[in-house]
Amino acid sequence: MWSWLFHRISGLGILLFLFIHIVDVSMLSFGPDVYNQSVTLFDYWIVRLLSLSLVVAVLYHAFNGVRIMAIDFWRKGSRYQRAMFGAVLVLTLVVFIPVAYIIMLPALHWLTQMPHSTAGH
Amino acid sequence: MNILVRIKRYDPERDAKPYWDEFRVDVEPIDRLLDTLNTIKWTMDGTLTYRRSCAHGVCGSDAMRINGRNRLACKVLMRDVGKKVTIEPMLGYSVIKDLVIDMDRFFDKYRSIKPYLITHDNEPGTERLQSPEQRAIYDEGTKCILCGACTGSCPSIWGNPDWVGPASIVNAHRFIFDSRDQGGAERLNLLSNKDGVWRCRTIFNCADACPRNIPVTDLIEQVKRAIVYGGPEEA
Repeated sequence: MWSWLFHRISGLGILLFLFIHIVDVSMLSFGPDVYNQSVTLFDYWIVRLLSLSLVVAVLYHAFNGVRIMAIDFWRKGSRYQRAMFGAVLVLTLVVFIPVAYIIMLPALHWLTQMPHSTAGH
Repeated sequence: MNILVRIKRYDPERDAKPYWDEFRVDVEPIDRLLDTLNTIKWTMDGTLTYRRSCAHGVCGSDAMRINGRNRLACKVLMRDVGKKVTIEPMLGYSVIKDLVIDMDRFFDKYRSIKPYLITHDNEPGTERLQSPEQRAIYDEGTKCILCGACTGSCPSIWGNPDWVGPASIVNAHRFIFDSRDQGGAERLNLLSNKDGVWRCRTIFNCADACPRNIPVTDLIEQVKRAIVYGGPEEA
């Protein structure tokens, strides 16, 4: 049940991001300056945290999607669904850690280095 | 041991809406939950209403939601439920009184998938022979006792009461995969409509709820594949 519930929630979360994404990409139609200024929004550390949740949602949704296809088309799929759910969680975590490092590193610069150009955020 | 039993009660003739009733009962660890309900009904509150018949996990009358999971009250031991046990009627059905649910729609759906042998050929005159291997293919489905626990545990049914539900598909599987039956195509056609197998989202609550340990979701998936591939695959 949890695999299904997470799948639904992550799917809705990704859909929500899609709307935001359409808005930020459409800023291009107002010229490069407007676009460049609007995407600095993604540099705020709170928005970086939201990006992290997007990464988790996409990773989980993708891996669990493969699990659901295996259940549907592989004859032994439903027998191993629980083990596959464990694999989905492990894979999600393993891929998430390096991605989280890359996303959060600029936001954490103030901890280790001189003020970053976006430290004001 | 002394156990707190919380039961969701509802009498349509008296109550505007369901309410929680509590009983403290002395039980033995190896008593079944059904024994505890009997103790309450026979010695504490005779108005408590629930279904039971064989009391040995065969008739499928006493399926109910016990600590959030659909179980047969006659198969749950008191030592396994903890100090406090919560008992509700199963979700996905309308409540007639207390723990008694209306199963009319459940059986309508069961009948809708034609749960009986269909043949078009002349009668063979002798038995309809079948090898042990052919019998084994649909063995799991024959264990169903129609208690409704799987259907009542299914979020797809909670969201859409028109869906045919896992129990009906299990019983369709029992005949679709029977080598003697010739109504497979007819049933697969019925189950491929919008309230057929495709509303199953492989949530696996049904397999967890089944008191006969039928791998319900697995059987539903086999029926889905039979629809996609145009007939039952060899197991």
